[in-house]
Amino acid sequence: MKIALIYPELLGTYGDYGNALALSQRSTRRGIDVDVMNVSITDELPDADLYLLGGGEDGPQRLAADLLKKSSLKQRVANGAHVFAVCAGLQILGTSFCVEGNDAYEGLSLVDVETTRGSVRSVGELLSQVGENKMVGFENHGGVTTLSPGIEPLGTVLHGRGNNGHFDGFVTETIWATYAHGPVLAMNPWLCDEVIAKVTGNNLTPLKTAADQLYAERVTSLSSR
Amino acid sequence: MSSRLSLRGFLALSALRTVNSLSRGTGRGSGTVAGGRVGLAIYPKLLNDLSKNRQVILVSGTNGKTTTTALCVAGWGDKVCSNATGANMPAGHVAALSGSSSPHVVLETDEAWLPVALEATNPRVVVLLNLSRDQLDRATEVRSIAERWRSALSKTAHDLVVVANANDPLVVYASESAKNIRWCNIETPWTSDAVSCPKCTQSIVRTSGSWSCVCGFTKPGCVASVSGSEVRIDNETVQTSLSIPGQFNVGNAAMAATALDVLNVDPSKSLTSMKSVTAIAGRFAVRTWQGRKIHMLLAKNPAGFDALLQSLSPGTDDVWIAINARIADGKDPSWLYDVSFEQLRGRKVWCLGERRLDLSTRLDYANVTYEVVNDLNSLPKTSDTTELLANYTAFSDWMQRTTA
Ligand SMILES: [Zn+2]
Repeated sequence: MKIALIYPELLGTYGDYGNALALSQRSTRRGIDVDVMNVSITDELPDADLYLLGGGEDGPQRLAADLLKKSSLKQRVANGAHVFAVCAGLQILGTSFCVEGNDAYEGLSLVDVETTRGSVRSVGELLSQVGENKMVGFENHGGVTTLSPGIEPLGTVLHGRGNNGHFDGFVTETIWATYAHGPVLAMNPWLCDEVIAKVTGNNLTPLKTAADQLYAERVTSLSSR
Repeated sequence: MSSRLSLRGFLALSALRTVNSLSRGTGRGSGTVAGGRVGLAIYPKLLNDLSKNRQVILVSGTNGKTTTTALCVAGWGDKVCSNATGANMPAGHVAALSGSSSPHVVLETDEAWLPVALEATNPRVVVLLNLSRDQLDRATEVRSIAERWRSALSKTAHDLVVVANANDPLVVYASESAKNIRWCNIETPWTSDAVSCPKCTQSIVRTSGSWSCVCGFTKPGCVASVSGSEVRIDNETVQTSLSIPGQFNVGNAAMAATALDVLNVDPSKSLTSMKSVTAIAGRFAVRTWQGRKIHMLLAKNPAGFDALLQSLSPGTDDVWIAINARIADGKDPSWLYDVSFEQLRGRKVWCLGERRLDLSTRLDYANVTYEVVNDLNSLPKTSDTTELLANYTAFSDWMQRTTA
């Protein structure tokens, strides 16, 4: 599995390296070959099975969006490549987002979703129901994201804000996006495995890791709030 | 001191002293910060009045400000007024200044409060150490802090000298608006918060010993530098022998000496005096707990943790790491993924603190051997000194648990 970590110098604010690390460790430990490529802003987008987009502050987020608009990402996704995006990365995938005030900035339009500036920042722990599983994580963003009809949210918010207090992120045939930043795949081993299984087409053998205990603890702790 | 104060200031100071004695009497903390708050509420210009006719050094930055403040105090000699308790906002500054009439003042200053302190204390020297991510969930984006410093420093007078770290592009961006700057060439291994240029957001290109951007923004020439334990300021070279560990502390000492040099304290004299700093509020101290000797190391954020990990003596010794995520720590421990714990491979890490499972998960993914400690009695006994790395409130917990 070839993983491309997109512009970590721009999109890497909140422990976002954790997602690349969890994907690579959970694959390697099952004997799946993994190649993680750091894509710098001066690099051409390499061929990859999965592109990772992290979080970032306003200026860097705008530059990342500009560079990605000019890149081959859209074409590659149309050809079957996968994307896992968090926070600012989620916003970039949509039609528009807001930085430095309330002016709309054009996104990649990979998915028909729009982000406006919320009245408050959403900061804290996030718990959402994703299919049969619960997802835990941390959010820290000022966006309100609206999905066009037909776009599926990734999860239903049980604690925290996500897109708008009701739903978090979105999911398509090849794209996952969530407001839970950084190490969301490290903290949610089942989600990480779901991504690996989908991208590689493998049926994964169960794997015990330290993350199981952390995941169980956070679900219990957040469910009781 | 009363000659510095207006009548309002005098009344504010009396109220402050009353609050101090009251809150000491009822055992509610040290009371001094509470007194400072009351004084400022009665008379907002109290900090300005208390700073008049004194030589003030302000020290700010994400990491090392408490240590560098202590080094400045030791290097200056004599009696120096300082906020040694780490209360680094205006109320803490008022508390320190009202408690001492020394003409020499060193104030550790919270990054967000630097513009206020600059305006109020009219400092002779400002020491700017570094800027990196800290306590993410407080949304203090480091770039916006750099922007606020830049704006505040552009309004300062010619006789203010800024002593700034030339290896941190965010600090350079923040400082270059000042009129009088002494750049220091200090080892700054943490670069993750300034990979894109603060001026134009293009990539900062790093070559050995320097950095630059295509827009022309580049590392400035330095008057001070560090090489191993040697500090050079202008043309004077001084061999340091600090009592506190880590290459980052030699850098802190060099910046403190550069600041004191502005106030005519000779670097050879100040750097020698800095040897008397052995531990700062427990940091770097060796303390005792259940017959064990514990080396207390505090790190509040990824840059601080990376610096401490690099300062560990090479070997395979066990390391204890304690992580909490209370308000003072920042409630989001995602930053653990920004620390290169991979360098602990070959050692065993004992995971402590309220967020020990976040830590064990991070270490597992880093392929570092670990053990989660649910019961402190299960910690191993050894005759050697154990290195304990802890973040803010976890460090406090261990300060209380251990004895000097
Ligand atoms: Zn530039």
